[in-house]
Formats: sequence, structure tokens, C-alpha cells
Amino acid sequence: MLCDNCKERDAIINLTQVEHDSKVTLHLCEQCAQLKGVETGGAVLKTPLGGFLTALGKGGALVPTPSDGMRCPACGSTLRDFRDSGRLGCDHCYVTFDAHLRDLLRRLHGSSQHVGERYEAPGEAGDDADPRSRLLELKAQLRRAVEGENFELAAELRDRIRVLE
Amino acid sequence: MDLSLLPDGGMRWLDASGPKSTIVLSTRIRLARNVQGIPFSQRAKDTDRTAVLERVREAASSSDHLGSAVAFVLEEMGRSERQLLHERHLISKELAGLEKESAPRPGAALFVQDRVGVMVNEEDHLRLHGMWSGFDLEDAYAEVEAVDVELGRLVPFAFHPEFGYLTSCPTNAGTGLRASVLIHLPGLVLTKEINKVLQGLSQVGLTFRGLYGEGSEVVGNFFQLSNQTTLGKTEDELIDHLGKIVRQVVEYEEQARDVLLRTAPEEVEDKTWRAYGLLKHARRLSFEETMNLLSGVRLGVGLNLLPGPGVYTLNKLLIYTQLAHLAAMDGRSTGDRELPTVRATFVRRLLEDEPTVEPR
Repeated sequence: MLCDNCKERDAIINLTQVEHDSKVTLHLCEQCAQLKGVETGGAVLKTPLGGFLTALGKGGALVPTPSDGMRCPACGSTLRDFRDSGRLGCDHCYVTFDAHLRDLLRRLHGSSQHVGERYEAPGEAGDDADPRSRLLELKAQLRRAVEGENFELAAELRDRIRVLE
Repeated sequence: MDLSLLPDGGMRWLDASGPKSTIVLSTRIRLARNVQGIPFSQRAKDTDRTAVLERVREAASSSDHLGSAVAFVLEEMGRSERQLLHERHLISKELAGLEKESAPRPGAALFVQDRVGVMVNEEDHLRLHGMWSGFDLEDAYAEVEAVDVELGRLVPFAFHPEFGYLTSCPTNAGTGLRASVLIHLPGLVLTKEINKVLQGLSQVGLTFRGLYGEGSEVVGNFFQLSNQTTLGKTEDELIDHLGKIVRQVVEYEEQARDVLLRTAPEEVEDKTWRAYGLLKHARRLSFEETMNLLSGVRLGVGLNLLPGPGVYTLNKLLIYTQLAHLAAMDGRSTGDRELPTVRATFVRRLLEDEPTVEPR
């Protein structure tokens, strides 16, 4: 069967869409399907996070993005490793790839800001113990948020800083 | 490794003492935690894994909640023993090393004390969990949280001010909390309303799985409902939300059962008595058939169409008719072709021990 769109190549994909309560099925070749935004072949990752991770690559296909080669200094994982496996290498990966992860976490959870239990590891200075260092840390976070154009987080951090000040 | 060291076999939740236990079998809480500065499972070397195990072992021994925990180091256990722990919902298939040709990884372990436990070196370094009878999210969470607070004082967990608890997979980051209930929904399945309910779940941020959690199939009309997201809400909010929806699902199930009783009372009664008759007299039973028959009997008991057996016995049957349990009980291998016969014999024996159930 020929592609309904270009009428040149063989149709390999059936795209069913619902428009005005009626079902329309289009038979498309791979190229035309991609033009309509359907991910095909190698573009579809096998991991359960595939859809989200692919979306992070912006183009939808597995074209390496400049950040793919970014490497976590602590464990040596790259963003590419994460895209392939859906698993991060270590806790520091969350710092190394924070911009990418913030975006991903928002897609997954609808938010990237943890509001649950706060935790301080044994030996770490607590909020009450040293509000000044807490304030400095929040200000550093605010600077990073503004640099990363993460204004939602920035507003939240600004509120928390006001409270502490 | 002796499983009899575990009081109640690590399955106190089977006793059907919890709220709504004819419909909700159990409530499970899990918290994912990782140790600061040690590579996650994906990148961890064997030495990293054993280091994690040693830290958890040390912390557990000086804690109240796990101070007298039974420790299972999976590498030191045979395949059938590991499968027993999996069948009791105490460890995942992955940790047990039961997938295809896999073996347990070095450092993979389970600590259990009463109703709470820790899986070590699963997808995350620590997976704290607790399983309660019936529908009891608050009590289960309170206890697992107490374990978390205690261990967190002894082992430095990976935590980020913005992203919360850091996990190997970002789907668990933030609270690291997965709250789930194992719920029996034959009424919704028989009235064909189940798909609507399951579709509705995804719209309210919940998900469903089969009897053994992630990747498992739905058998015997048992569904595991749990929260899908873990970040951006507090632990209490996540639990309250799940609780609210589960209460609604329980209500729908009760309504569906009423509909069945009103519209097809004889058919339902016939179905439950047939299920009971088959369980009581069959000579060979597959696991799947057993699950489906148990579902029919459980429905009959819930609707007072069958005066017995007790829910505790039905729960025990769910666990003890699984492959590794039957094989261990009868000294056979899990590949033994006679297991369907062993299963039928076991089911008959357990039902005979119950007070006599006579048709009205």
C-alpha cells in the first residue's frame, strides 16, 4: 500500500487519530510519519523512560546532543548512559546533570521541588544549628536557578531566603 | 538459611486482622534510599555493594527497629530459598536473582524484623519496606518512617535540597515513597467496570500492577494500586491521596457486588460454590486455576454466600500454593511435574481443617 501523504513510498505505519468524534486512519511511510510527529524505528527507545528521555533530546530522534558527552566527575556516567539505561550512576549525577534532570523530573512528577521530609545526614549542620550557612547555600541555589532560567524555583527560593533573613 | 527463623514466616499481614481485609489483602510501604558517595546499582562495583551491605548491617544491629532482624544474604542461598522469599513478597524478583539465568549480585541482602524490612543492593542501595494486613496506610507508613529516621541517623543518605532523596531511577526521586495496596476486585471484573476504574487511576496519578508488583500480571482479580509520582508532594499528601482513591475503589467494588447480587444472585452463588467445590475436590490444580478459584471463594465469603473458609485460610492458600512453597513442603524441585497434584492435595487438606462448610 502506498503512503496516503506522499503517494510515493510504501506505507509502513497506520496512524489512527480521533477528530470530531470520528476515527481517521492514515497509512504513512516512515518519512511522512516523522513529519507528523510519530516517532519511528530507532527513535523509539526501549527503556520505560524512553518517551521522556527522547523528548529531552529535543529533536525526538537519537541524534547525539552536545550535552550527551557530559560526564559525571564522580562516577564517570554520561548523559548518554542515562538515556540508554534510564538509571543514574550516582548521587552526584543529580548535580552534574541538574538542568536535564530538573526538566525530566517536572515531566515525570509535575514538579522538581521536593516538599516532603527534610533530611540531614549524620554530622551535617542543620538549619537551626547554622542559619547563616543555610542562607548562603540558598543564595547559591537561587543564583543557579536564575542562571538556568528556572524562575519558578527562583521565586520559591527567594521566599525561603526572606523567611530566614 | 532457615526461613523458620521468621516469626509468621515474615507474613504477619496474612492474618486478615486489618481493616477491610476481605477486599484489601495488604498495604505496603516502600522507601528508596541510597548511601551518600557510593555509586548507584548501575555503576556499583562488587566492593561498593559489599560496603553498602556492611554499613546497613552495622546500622541495623544498633537500631531498635532492626536490632534483632533476621539477615538473608542472597548469594549464600539456593535458588528455591530465594524464590520462597520472593513468593512471600519480601524481596523482588530482581534482588532474588530469579530473572532468566541471572544470579543474586554480591551484597544483595534482606533484613526482616516483624513487619518491616530492608532490601539491600536492589535498584537502590536500601529499599525499606513494611507490609500490613488489610487497608492500613497510616500505620504502615508510621512504622517504616520510624525505621527510616533511625537508619538515616546511622547511615548518611543521599539527599538534595531541591530533588529530595536521590534514587537510581528519577521516577522514585523526592520522597522515594511507593505506597501500595493489594486489592481484590472480582465485582468490578465481573460487571466489566474494571477498565473504567483502571483508566481513571492513571488520571489521578495512580498506577496498577499485578500480584507481584512491577512487571507482573494480574491473576485472581488481585490488583496492586500505588502512587505513580514521588516528588512535589509530601509523604502525607501522597498517602492521603492514595487512601482517598482506594476508599473510592472499595466503594465501587462494594456497589458492583450489590449489582451482582441484585441482578444475578443465582449465578453468583453458583459461581462461588463451584469454585469452592473444585478447590475442595480437584486432584490436580495449576497455580493460575487455584488463584481464580480462590477469587471466586473469596467473593462468596465476602458476600456471605459461603459461610467459610476464613479469610486467613484463603490468604495462606495464596502464598503456600505457589511453586517454591509447594516444592519445599513436599521435598521436590520446582520443575517437578507432580506439583499440580501436590497443590490439589495441599488445598484439600487446608480446607478440611476448616470448620465444616455445608450448603444451605
